[in-house]
Amino acid sequence: MKYAYYPGCASESTARDQHESSLAIAKSLGLDFIEPDGWICCGTTPAHHTDKLLSLSLPAANLIKTQKMGFDMVVNCAACYNRMKIANYEIQNNSKIRQSVNTAIGENYDGSVNVKHIIEVLLKDLGLENLQKSLTHSLNGLKIASYYGCLLVRPKEATHFDDPENPTSMDRIVESLGGESIDFPHKVECCGGALTLTRPDIIIKLTDSILNMAQKAGAECIVVACPICQMNLDLRQKDIEKQTGKRYNMPVIYITQLTGLCLGIRPRQLGLNKLIVSPSAVLNKISLKNVKDF
Amino acid sequence: MTLRIQKGNTANKISNIVHMLSEVDFNTCIQCKKCASGCPVSASEISDSISLPFEIIRRLQLGASTELLGTDIIWICTSCETCYARCPMGIDIASIMDALRILAVENNVHDKKGYVSFFNKAFLKTVKIFGRTYDVAFLTAYKISSISIKKDKDGKFSFLQDMDKLLDIYKKRKIALLPSFNADRGLVKQIFQIAGQRKKRYFDKMMP
Repeated sequence: MKYAYYPGCASESTARDQHESSLAIAKSLGLDFIEPDGWICCGTTPAHHTDKLLSLSLPAANLIKTQKMGFDMVVNCAACYNRMKIANYEIQNNSKIRQSVNTAIGENYDGSVNVKHIIEVLLKDLGLENLQKSLTHSLNGLKIASYYGCLLVRPKEATHFDDPENPTSMDRIVESLGGESIDFPHKVECCGGALTLTRPDIIIKLTDSILNMAQKAGAECIVVACPICQMNLDLRQKDIEKQTGKRYNMPVIYITQLTGLCLGIRPRQLGLNKLIVSPSAVLNKISLKNVKDF
Repeated sequence: MTLRIQKGNTANKISNIVHMLSEVDFNTCIQCKKCASGCPVSASEISDSISLPFEIIRRLQLGASTELLGTDIIWICTSCETCYARCPMGIDIASIMDALRILAVENNVHDKKGYVSFFNKAFLKTVKIFGRTYDVAFLTAYKISSISIKKDKDGKFSFLQDMDKLLDIYKKRKIALLPSFNADRGLVKQIFQIAGQRKKRYFDKMMP
């Protein structure tokens, strides 16, 4: 299966691990991910904070590039995914907006490119049965909190990802990898997202509450699908400890990394050495002893 | 938060502009307050300088003027869209927040603590130049612009805030030292230019 793969800007910096693990599992599963030539930033939160037309035209420019390739688009960053979906939704449902966007991008785009998150590709296009056939390792009952955050599930009119209050897509993948998906009430709570550098005080409060809930629910690690969630939950554990004395030591792993481990891909190839909180507890459970391989 | 609503012809009403920018009809709000109940920041950050989301909607209905732009909620809103997802009347409150932020910047009203508008400006500037995000450049631009506010609420220089985090991610090779050279930069410039001109025309007409 061929896809136009939109890596998003974070793939070149803070989410290199997500990018590397996505490419590694795609290769292992026989999925062909091709980057659209000259793809550009989706604009993310700063764009919709600033101008609606700008925030829709930047993703639309990537979508028209994809349309010309003739494939569906696969995205692994939840923020880019959200902006692509919203651009499609607005362009399909608002003819005035479609006109303005098309003027800005200098093309005629109708909002019809299928945009899929990599979770949807694993779940719907590939199917869990096929995924399971390729597995070489099991998570051996590792207790996992699936954390979805905001951008995959909301607004549901545009993303159509899953149930916005109780999504189960990642939980189902986790279960099929042999993990135990725990009941996690904070799966769609916000981590503070784009306020990460501007209001760390708020981020610390919100991530503390999410980590606390995961720990209480018995999670041994948190699995995520968004670079911003990953960074906030992983990087801020030190700050939380400094402020409150609570030490979580909770690994925050991308779903693509977890899938890759069960496909027998080496941890380093999945960027697991780039996590701030060491995932050694997770690797030990999967009987991968090559933690030192970092 | 206590806000005085200005009345009469002299008041600079913003309800219409908010409605036009967001394309959201806020007149159907039934004040059930579900928006604030689910809001991740309303509960933890509530103070005298914060208007809760349903209050914002009510004030807009009453014909608020630019004083509404001074409430900090528009800058601590994380755009998580929980309010919209749970609103029984389907009011897209997150889009109203976007409209208020845009209007605030047009009126030169910035957030008191968080420098969100400076962050947005620095971020978009690097996208405009490089076609993709370039962390080193926008972080530097943001840090420099935040010097003008000098200190955060604890009296520390915000310039040094999170420098240790940058070091952490640098050690993990999670920050690119060079910008990307593969983006379609011409297309990005064109989009910024056309969107920028349209926005300028709009505000020249609405707020001469």
